[in-house]
Amino acid sequence: MSAVVITVTSGKGGVGKTTATANISTALAAMGKKVVAIDADIGLRNLDVVMGLENRIVYNLVDVVEGTCRLRQAMIKDKYLPELYLIPAAQSRDKTALTPGDMIELTNQMREDFDYILIDSPAGIEQGFKNAIAPADRVLIVTTPEVSAVRDADRIIGLIEAEGKYSSDLVVNRVRVDLVRRGDMLSTEDVVDVLAISLIGVVPDDESIIISTNQGRPAVLQNGSLAGQAFRDIAARLTGQTVPFMELDGHDSFMKRLSKLFKL
Amino acid sequence: MSGFFSWLPGQKKTNSRDVAKDRLQLVLVQDRVNLSAQQIGEMKDELIEVISRYVEIDRDGIDITLTRSGRQSRLTADIPILGARH
Ligand SMILES: Nc1ncnc2c1ncn2[C@@H]1O[C@H](COP(=O)(O)OP(=O)(O)O)[C@@H](O)[C@H]1O
Ligand SMILES: [Mg+2]
Repeated sequence: MSAVVITVTSGKGGVGKTTATANISTALAAMGKKVVAIDADIGLRNLDVVMGLENRIVYNLVDVVEGTCRLRQAMIKDKYLPELYLIPAAQSRDKTALTPGDMIELTNQMREDFDYILIDSPAGIEQGFKNAIAPADRVLIVTTPEVSAVRDADRIIGLIEAEGKYSSDLVVNRVRVDLVRRGDMLSTEDVVDVLAISLIGVVPDDESIIISTNQGRPAVLQNGSLAGQAFRDIAARLTGQTVPFMELDGHDSFMKRLSKLFKL
Repeated sequence: MSGFFSWLPGQKKTNSRDVAKDRLQLVLVQDRVNLSAQQIGEMKDELIEVISRYVEIDRDGIDITLTRSGRQSRLTADIPILGARH
């Protein structure tokens, strides 16, 4: 076994990196993969609460790197899935507590034991971002369909491209079907057209994300959640499956229109 | 003028999605070459200035644009030449 390291990043903050990391990690583990999710947002720890594991933290990422504990001691076992682990971020430290070399060394220690290592990156283009992408085999860039978020995504894509060694894919999050339909939101096609990188997922703006975050139980574990389905689709695509994209642009497919017409 | 006619049926209303996409395209071109709109304007003026030193050009027909295709930025200049400089 040799893990694929996937870093989830963005230019702008608050676009859904942590939500995406928690959901994609959980979905991969639900597919039977061995997964570890690392919160690399030092000082702004969040992945633990989104995964519902905040009460189990003893050690964190910085403790491992500084040798305060062994790697296994900082790995928190998930509540819902047997093959999912979280390494939480340090809360009372900042990004200078880590180097890109630390992240490469840490992931190398785990590559043999896991199928996927996901890294939740801080936003922006500074040290924390560099730490998070250093060990990546693949990078997922999250954006919302808004001018400022897409602009910042472009900047990140430029930086990642300049490094030249990554394969990066785009996740468009918080798409609002009603707004796209009436022409008041950039469509996924617009965003892909402007950024010119490959698309790996389209996630609707969905209240089930807020509810599942309140509960600390990722939306992918809920059957009725549309956003959960979108994240499960991303996980499936990461494993190499071909999954059609959800229609969120208000251009109903012919079949859907037909079934609406006949109330099927 | 366009304001006066905009109530007419068939007049295409520009929605905020189109405005967003246009603004985004423009700002990304500027970001990628790291030049402000003003600097791009100056570059165009200098370009025209250099070319008109060699040939007589039609200043009204000039079209110089900075665009992108894929992740590549491109400067395209369409400058009609009237004839030789005398
Ligand atoms: N698809 C979605 N639908 C609704 N709310 C979302 C969605 N994705 C993210 N959010 C909400 O947006 C906020 C920011 O998300 P988060 O994952 O913390 O972003 P980041 O890690 O990029 O800062 C959170 O309150 C989260 O619940
Ligand atoms: Mg976050």
